[in-house]
Amino acid sequence: MSNTDLEIVVDDPTAPEANSPAVTSNRVVDVVVSLLLLVLALALGFDNWRAGAAWDSTGPQPGYFPFYLCVILGGASLYGLVAAFLSRREAAETFVTRAQLRRVMAVFVPTLLFCLATQYLGLYVASFLLISSFMRLVGKIALWKSLLTAFVFTAAMFVTFDVAFDVIMPKGPLEAALGR
Amino acid sequence: MEAFGLLMHGFAVLLTWKTLALMMVGLVLGIFVGVLPGLGGPNGVAILLPLTFTMDPTSAIVMLSCIYWGALFGGAITSILFNIPGEAWSVATTFDGYPMAQQGKAAEALTAAFTSSFIGSLVAVLLITFLAPMISSFALKFGPPEFFAVYLLTFCSFVGLGREAKHKTVISMSLGLLLAGVGMDTVSGQLRMTFGSNELLRGINFLVAVIGLFGISEILLTMEERLALRGHAAGISLRVVLKVWKDLPKYWVTLLRSSFIGCWLGITPGGAIAASFMGYNLAKRFSKDPDSFGKGRIEGVFAPETAAHASGTSALLPMLALGIPGSGTAAILLGGLMVWGLNPGPLLFVEHKDFVWGLIASMYLGNVVGLVLVLTTVPVFASILRVPFAAVAPMIVVSCAIGAYAIQNAMFDIWLMLGFGIVGYVFKKIGIPLAPFTLALVLGNRAEDAFRLSMIGSGGDMKVFWANGLVGSITTLAIVLLFWPVIDKAVGSVGRLWRPAKASG
Repeated sequence: MSNTDLEIVVDDPTAPEANSPAVTSNRVVDVVVSLLLLVLALALGFDNWRAGAAWDSTGPQPGYFPFYLCVILGGASLYGLVAAFLSRREAAETFVTRAQLRRVMAVFVPTLLFCLATQYLGLYVASFLLISSFMRLVGKIALWKSLLTAFVFTAAMFVTFDVAFDVIMPKGPLEAALGR
Repeated sequence: MEAFGLLMHGFAVLLTWKTLALMMVGLVLGIFVGVLPGLGGPNGVAILLPLTFTMDPTSAIVMLSCIYWGALFGGAITSILFNIPGEAWSVATTFDGYPMAQQGKAAEALTAAFTSSFIGSLVAVLLITFLAPMISSFALKFGPPEFFAVYLLTFCSFVGLGREAKHKTVISMSLGLLLAGVGMDTVSGQLRMTFGSNELLRGINFLVAVIGLFGISEILLTMEERLALRGHAAGISLRVVLKVWKDLPKYWVTLLRSSFIGCWLGITPGGAIAASFMGYNLAKRFSKDPDSFGKGRIEGVFAPETAAHASGTSALLPMLALGIPGSGTAAILLGGLMVWGLNPGPLLFVEHKDFVWGLIASMYLGNVVGLVLVLTTVPVFASILRVPFAAVAPMIVVSCAIGAYAIQNAMFDIWLMLGFGIVGYVFKKIGIPLAPFTLALVLGNRAEDAFRLSMIGSGGDMKVFWANGLVGSITTLAIVLLFWPVIDKAVGSVGRLWRPAKASG
C-alpha cells in the first residue's frame, strides 16, 4: 500500500510562539464574565418584573417564567464570581497569550470590518474584499491567487444563492449599478 | 412489523436520482467540513443549513443528516493520519489510530474506523427504527405537565451528569432559556426583554446564535493553535478492506459493547465524547493484553469509533420521538425542522410519516453510501488539508454571514452572529459548556409554554407535576439527577464506612 502514499506537510510560519507572555488569566476573565452575567440577570430581571412576574386570573403573567430564570442566572453567576475569586487554579491558567491574541485579532478585526462593509457595500462586494485581502495580508499568498480565489468563491456564492436558489442577500451600490 | 413496512415506504421515497444526488453532495460536504481544521459536525451543519432553506423538508433533512454522517466519517481521517482529532469524540481514536498509521498500517486503521463507525450507526439506527415509533405513540398521551417534566429531566440531567462545573452549566442553561424568551410572548402577546428595540422584537433566532457560537468562535479558537501538520495520506486497497472485514467477527464483543454504550449515552445527554472514552477504556479493561493498547492495536480504533457513532446517531432518537435533541448537532437539526414548519415531537410520526421514515431510511442509506465513499476517496480528502487556513477562514466567515442573514433577511442578525461568536469564544475558554445553551435556546419557548399551560390547568398548583404515576416519576427522576453528584458522594461515603468495618470483621 505504500506505493499510493503521498506525504502531506503543511507549515504554519505565523504560528503563535509558545513562550509568549500571558495577556490575562482565566480567573480575571471568569470574574469579568460573571459580573457581566450578573448585570444582565439584573437588567432582564427588572424588565420581567416590570412586565409582571406574579399571578393573575389567567395564570402566570408573561414575566413569571423568565423572572425566575433571572434569579437562577443571577445566583449562579454570583456563585461563579465568588468561586473565581477564590480559585487558585484558574489564576494560574492563561486565558490567552499575546501571540495568540494577535492571531485571533487578525481574524476578528477583518470579520468585524466585513460585517460593516456588508451593511454599506452589500454582501458580495464585502466577501470579495474580505477573502482577497485576508489571503494576501494575513496568509501572505500571492496576489493573483488571492484575487482569483476571492472572485471565484464570491461568484459561486452569487450564482448559488441569488440566481439558483433565490435567497436574497444584502446588496450595495455595485449591484445597483449592474442592475441586479 | 408495521415499522418495517413504513421503512420500506421510506426507502421508496428516497430512491430517486435527485435525493441520491443530494445525499452524495451532503456526504462530500460533510467529509469536507469534518477534515478541515476548526470545523466539525455541529459547525458544518449550522453553516450549511441555509443551503437547504429552499428545498422541500425531506430533501433538506436528507442532505443535512448526510452532512452530519460525512462530518463524523471525516473526523476519523485527520485523527488517524495526522494525530489531529477533528472533534473531541475523535480523541480516543488517535490513541491507537495514529500509532497504526506510523507503523504503515494507516489503511487498516482507516478501514477499521470507517467500518466500526458504520456498525455503530447501524445499531443505533436499528434502535431508532423500532423504538422511536413506540416512544412517540406512548408520548402522544402526554399532556403539558408530562412534557414539562421531560424537559425538566433533560435540563437536570445536563446539570447533574455533565462533567463541567455545575454552576457553569446552570449559567449556560438559564441564559439560553432567557434568550429564548426575548421578543413577543406567545401566550399574552406582550413584549418581553426587548428594551424598546425593534430588532429584538423578532426574538433571538436559534440558528443565528448557533452559527455564531459554533462557526465564528471555532475559527477564532483555531487561529490560536499552531496549524502545522505532517503525515501520510494512504490509499485504501480492496485487499486491505477485505482483510480487516475478515477479522471483524473476532471483535464482536468489543463492537457490541461499544454500540451499547454509545446508544445509551446518546439517548441520555451524555454525549459522544463520553461514549468514545468509555468504549475505549472498557475495551482496554476487558482485554487480555491491556498493555498493547495505545501502541497501535486495531481494537483501540474499533471501540471508540463504534461508541462515538452509535451515540451520535442515537442522539436523534429523543429528537424524533419527543422533540428533545440528545446532542448539539441534533439540536441544530431540530432548529432546521422548525424552519421548514415541522413541529418536532410525537405528532411528527402521525402527521408527517413520509418525512420521518424518509429520514430514517436515509440514515441507513447515508451510512452505506458514506462508507463506500470514504473508503474510496481518502487520499483526495486528506489533501484538502493542504489548502491554507488563510484561504479557508474567510470563506467560512462569509458562509456564516450568508447563513445568518438568510434566516430572516435581517442585517441585525449578522451583528448578532458576530456577538455570539465572541460569547462562544470566551465561554469555551473559561469552561462554560455550549451544549446546554444550545439545547435551552431551542427548547426554551416550548418548555415555558408547557409550564404555563400546566400551571393554568392546575390553577397554579405545583402538585400537578406529581399528579399521576408517570409525571411524578419523571419529575422525581429529574430532581434525583439534578442532585446526582451529591447523592453519589453520599452513597460513596456510606460505602466507605461499610467496607473497612467488613474488612476488620
